[in-house]
Amino acid sequence: MTIDPTTLAAILAMAVITYLTRIAGIFLVGRLALSGRAKAAFDAIPPAVLVAVIAPTALATGWPETLAALVTAVAATRLPLLATIAVGVASVVLLRMIAG
Amino acid sequence: MNKPFAPSAPVDMARERAAGIRDIMPVMVAAAPIGLLFGALCAGKGLSPAEAGLMSVLVFAGGAQFAALELWTWPVPIATLAFSTLLINARHILMGASLAPKMRSFSLGQKLAGFYVLTDESWALAERRAKDRPLTPAYWFAVAGLLPLSWVGATIAGAVLGSFLGDPARIGADFAFTALFIGLIAGFWNGRVSAAAIGASAAVSAATYFAFGPPWHVAAGALTGIAAAYVAAPAGEEPPEAA
Repeated sequence: MTIDPTTLAAILAMAVITYLTRIAGIFLVGRLALSGRAKAAFDAIPPAVLVAVIAPTALATGWPETLAALVTAVAATRLPLLATIAVGVASVVLLRMIAG
Repeated sequence: MNKPFAPSAPVDMARERAAGIRDIMPVMVAAAPIGLLFGALCAGKGLSPAEAGLMSVLVFAGGAQFAALELWTWPVPIATLAFSTLLINARHILMGASLAPKMRSFSLGQKLAGFYVLTDESWALAERRAKDRPLTPAYWFAVAGLLPLSWVGATIAGAVLGSFLGDPARIGADFAFTALFIGLIAGFWNGRVSAAAIGASAAVSAATYFAFGPPWHVAAGALTGIAAAYVAAPAGEEPPEAA
């Protein structure tokens, strides 16, 4: 069981930041009433970040990955999460085989 | 914070706890395979089972953990991982601000301890319960406190098993991230505004990655996407409706 010091530092940084976001709301009650465009921008943070993380894999790797991402997106509109992942993984394996 | 006031009718703690366990069970079952996947991908990135398990215990936020793993390189880019974590988990601030006033029978210590295990799922269940009855610590600690058992256990199991799988690309497992994220993004879909955010973020992230390489694509894409949502949302006091 090995723990690398730099890895530990990264995990601790993530943990502290996450905990602060979790408890911040307790102290902001009544002072944080976002509405209109500010609320829309705040609500858009999670999907905007998630998309930014995967965009290089989905759009700048090769056509099999891009096409598989499209297939996965269609699957995501009608299937539960695990089935969506299964469809995505199966389609990328298939498309990479076709691509050679 | 004042001491909790005594409720007029005594609350059956055992019943509250049982309701919490009943509500969280399906979520625990659903989290197990995702945790296995996370652990296996950790192994693929070169993290030990101890490191993977420690991250699930200390961070305990699936979206941020998967994002960190996708951005994980050696040497470990700590600032990038911290910034990505902050952006993804900023939603907790609003979730906590919404839930905290409904926890009237909680002491401050119970809130501070209870929010350590705040997740999208336990938050949604607690908000639903708070609609028609007071939220009790017994219910919250059952709903929110049990989920880590499933997540952490599955992470460690996945990390141990994953180290035997070999190259994740061979079975398409490297794409599991992307597929998982697409599935998560679909859960945030609310029409025109999210389409603007997603489209802008994807385009700018890919272009930035192409031009400058990691890690700037995350901040550039995310901030552009957030700005696009601001512009696409109707100006005025009403929250945006699904278009």
